[in-house]
Amino acid sequence: MKDIIQQVAVLLPLFPLAGFIIIGLLNKRLSRTLAGLIACGALLASFIVAFIIFENVSPQGTEVHVMDWINAGNFTASFSFLLDPLSSIFLLIITGVGFLIHVYSVGYMHDDDNQNIFFAYLNLFIFFMLMLVMGNSYLLMFVGWEGVGLCSYLLIGFWFKNKSYNDAAKKAFIMNRIGDLGFLIGMILIFKTFGSTDYKTVFSQANGFFSGQGVITSITLLLFIGAMGKSAQIPLYTWLPDAMAGPTPVSALIHAATMVTAGIYMVARSGVLYALAPISMTVVAITGAITLVFAATIALTQNDIKKVLAYSTVSQLGYMFLGLGVGAFSASVFHVMTHAFFKALLFLATGSVIHGLHGEQDIRKMGGLKSKLPITYIVFFIGTLAIAGIPPFAGFFSKDDILAHAYASSPVYYVIGLLGAIMTSFYMFRLLFLTFFGEFRGGDKVHPHESPKVMTVPLMVLALLSTIGGFLGVPEVLGGSNRIDKFLEPVFKPAQEKMLGGEGSAPEMILMVVAVIAAVAAIWYAYKKYVQDKEVPAPEGQRIPALQKVLYNKYYVDEIYSAVITKPLDKISGFLESIVETRFIDSIVNKTGTLVNWVGGLLRYLQSGNVDFYIFVMVVGVVLMIFFKMM
Amino acid sequence: MEKTAILILIPFIAALTQLFVPRKYGKRFAVGASLLTFIVALVTFCGFPSSGDYQYITNVTWIQSLGINFHVGMDGISMLLVLLTTFLVPLIVLSVVQSETRTPVFYSLILFMEFALIGVFTSLDGFLFYVFWELALIPIYFICLLWGGERRASVTLKFFIYTLAGSLFMLVGLVFLYLHTPGSHTFDIDALYKAGRALDLRSQVYLFIFFFLAFGIKMPVFPLHTWQPDTYTEAPTQGTMLLSGIMLKMGIYGVIRWILPVLPLGIAQCGSYVMWLAIIGVIYASIIAITRSDIKRLIAYSSIAHVGIIAAGIFFVSSENGLNINGVQGAMLQMLAHGINVVGLFFIVDIIQRKTNTRKIASLGGLRLKAPFFATAFIILTLGAVALPLTDGFVGEFLLINSIYMFNPIMAALGGLTIILGAVYMLRMYQRVVLGEPSVETENFFDLTLNEKAVLIPLLIMVILIGVCPNIFLKVSEPAVRKLLTGF
Repeated sequence: MKDIIQQVAVLLPLFPLAGFIIIGLLNKRLSRTLAGLIACGALLASFIVAFIIFENVSPQGTEVHVMDWINAGNFTASFSFLLDPLSSIFLLIITGVGFLIHVYSVGYMHDDDNQNIFFAYLNLFIFFMLMLVMGNSYLLMFVGWEGVGLCSYLLIGFWFKNKSYNDAAKKAFIMNRIGDLGFLIGMILIFKTFGSTDYKTVFSQANGFFSGQGVITSITLLLFIGAMGKSAQIPLYTWLPDAMAGPTPVSALIHAATMVTAGIYMVARSGVLYALAPISMTVVAITGAITLVFAATIALTQNDIKKVLAYSTVSQLGYMFLGLGVGAFSASVFHVMTHAFFKALLFLATGSVIHGLHGEQDIRKMGGLKSKLPITYIVFFIGTLAIAGIPPFAGFFSKDDILAHAYASSPVYYVIGLLGAIMTSFYMFRLLFLTFFGEFRGGDKVHPHESPKVMTVPLMVLALLSTIGGFLGVPEVLGGSNRIDKFLEPVFKPAQEKMLGGEGSAPEMILMVVAVIAAVAAIWYAYKKYVQDKEVPAPEGQRIPALQKVLYNKYYVDEIYSAVITKPLDKISGFLESIVETRFIDSIVNKTGTLVNWVGGLLRYLQSGNVDFYIFVMVVGVVLMIFFKMM
Repeated sequence: MEKTAILILIPFIAALTQLFVPRKYGKRFAVGASLLTFIVALVTFCGFPSSGDYQYITNVTWIQSLGINFHVGMDGISMLLVLLTTFLVPLIVLSVVQSETRTPVFYSLILFMEFALIGVFTSLDGFLFYVFWELALIPIYFICLLWGGERRASVTLKFFIYTLAGSLFMLVGLVFLYLHTPGSHTFDIDALYKAGRALDLRSQVYLFIFFFLAFGIKMPVFPLHTWQPDTYTEAPTQGTMLLSGIMLKMGIYGVIRWILPVLPLGIAQCGSYVMWLAIIGVIYASIIAITRSDIKRLIAYSSIAHVGIIAAGIFFVSSENGLNINGVQGAMLQMLAHGINVVGLFFIVDIIQRKTNTRKIASLGGLRLKAPFFATAFIILTLGAVALPLTDGFVGEFLLINSIYMFNPIMAALGGLTIILGAVYMLRMYQRVVLGEPSVETENFFDLTLNEKAVLIPLLIMVILIGVCPNIFLKVSEPAVRKLLTGF
């Protein structure tokens, strides 16, 4: 059983890496079709390997050593993989959803000049994402972590002629780097504490620490800073909505389904450490809770179809962190999976809409697309039901799993989560109604059309997954066996055991009913407002109520960051150069030179060549010597 | 003859011969000669024994009465720096664009520089070390003075006097050590080591300051750096490459070879002050780099930041977590990485300047559209500079920050800001220079020529190779570093 994993594991990242190298080096020398084929083929091959691994994975995990990497002094690191239930689920999501998005991209990027490079970047992204998840140490996770950040940078700024896209790309990279510094320092502290960054060494030694010990709290908080950057949590979330500048498949793959869940993976992977740090757990839960509501309120008023989805992603990630923070590791991983299905679906369907409208993203200029893009409409509807938590769609089970655990931890968390869920239903159906219902508002010149099969087929597959994906985790109260929970149990058991105090119980059935009723009520309200009353959001520049204005402008957070950080930094830079550097440090250096010259000039008078003067000095010297001698 | 001596002799003889080579074959001869040196170095490197001792020693009496010998040899530390030098020089020569002004003397000076640099990295005699150290200053002075930019005269003079003043302190230090050797005195490295270790705290502190002035100016460490941005900016491209790619490593090498093993008490007393200066320099230079409008100057400041991290990582011998082998090893690797990245980046600047007649960020843009291969090379070097994992910048910087953390976590966190600020200034520049729409100046920009590719491709390969397989290099220097830190 183990042998097959040993043999195939290394192939998993190798396929997309080979794809990247081949397409990247040959670039335009490859035909567009061939490049697409290579990229998709690499992903399909990886998916098959991931499936084999998933089928054969052993509960305690298998380590696969590939090659040594760094040996310096007492620091060693190697390229080695850890295949266990947790990583195998992520591998399936990454390669599976990744494959569908690759196929979709063949259609979506069809008219782009740089299509080949696009595929090269996508393959490179998958490579790094696999490294992130498969690595057996924090250092390798960091490699993947920074690598996906690079790909995100390259792909957000893919249309590199546009300045605002480039700005968005740069912002994403730099903001992620802020988080990465936390990760880096946390990792160094791990090395200092445990003598290694390998999971096996770290987690086995964690038993020797007691709950609440300072060093573990520091480690987990530092790591969490990294997670906040990558998974777009307050205060490091503002890059994600801007990241929508990238082509829509990128938004689906990187900025919804996979990369942004890396933070969840990191915290879940470090479950044993977090279990020993109650303070960190609380920080994670509170950050998640605040983010989920905060982002949802912004999503209520946005008019860019991708921006709404972006804020919804931030909000959903908040749910996952809330789940992690209350100790519901497997529920959060479950939500990662269902979210990957329905959010990829929603983004790709959005891409289909944008494609059909020749680039239009403003929902005020949409409407009535139900009949013109029927397939897109149906799958979008399914995705919306899934994210709104309507049974039996996928999001229902995973979200309620998290909410039930949140309730058990503290009813306050539950109320916040419920509030978020209500808003989610509202803004998602607002989006659905404004896009697909009513009359078309895009003018006469635009003729919406349905997308080709290469795009709609992946949509249908994702729609299917969004519909049935939740059955992997049907809770026991509904007569299910929560298979995903059982599957992940061996990974999270040590963490669960370390958590202080047993979990409280939750009236799961009642909570579920309440959540569904609330969601339906929100949908009804959206229906009334946008379908019956045919309301359309106000055009740009028109006066809107103050609260709405604040939400529409995203609480002015970007403006605040710019005023508090970016601009002062530029000012300081100029000040250091023109004042400190030139007028102070360098001027001292130059003055030293002048001083030496001046002293030299003085000394020159002594060598005047005037013999009388020499004799005079000599006599004075002798007199002084005698004088001092006599004293 | 031993390989070390051969490595010193080839560029020396070539530098002399170069003067008699017809002008139109000048470049070819220089490339050939430096390539030959590289091949010898590469062969030596591949067969380098895993030992901390000096190898391939040549020891000839020079001035007997003063105990001065022509004593050269290499341990792993020297080997890596010789490899870096001999790898970069052919590329630097290759990067020259043939023109009337590039006379045989120009190439001869570069080769002479190589000779002196290899001498510095392999000297096992204090006096010989000093001679090579000063010899290296002469060719670079003339390269900058004769082929530099408009303000070359004043800038070069300042550079010359500044570094010369620093080295004189070192000479005093060396003589002081010499006078503490037993018997009729000797400049032999082992004897000087022994003499230094035997000194009392007070003397070690003075010596530390003397040596630090020489090495700190060369690197340069904040606040001794003000000669650097001007000199890098005014020097001709090949001069800047030599200065930043190799010559500043003399300073770091000096610390590793002539401070770490010699003045343990001095370091324990003063090392942390230097580390703080270095960390301040990292942040200071990074912030200044953000708003530079001239790309050459921007990279000059980024170099101060990178060197700051290296300096901070080597100025302590041990912490509560044991000997600082990780830090010195990180410094070794980072020296290679920095040499490769900075030479590549300055070459990129050179290409831009030649094809657009400007280095002003505001006038550039749209190069990606005009020159995709150029843009790719640029981004890979940029990624190396911002220490992305699997590129050359990461492993060294990680080991260095790691070791700084062992000494003082706050220093490490502050120094670590370089990974954020580095991304800020490098990506800002990359965006404005390469991305976006072409400007008037870049309208006629064309992609890399064959010659330019020949320079860049080896560098790009090294960026990835060092990032993925750092052990090839680390294992060569590890025994030497271990021996250096543990004593004999």
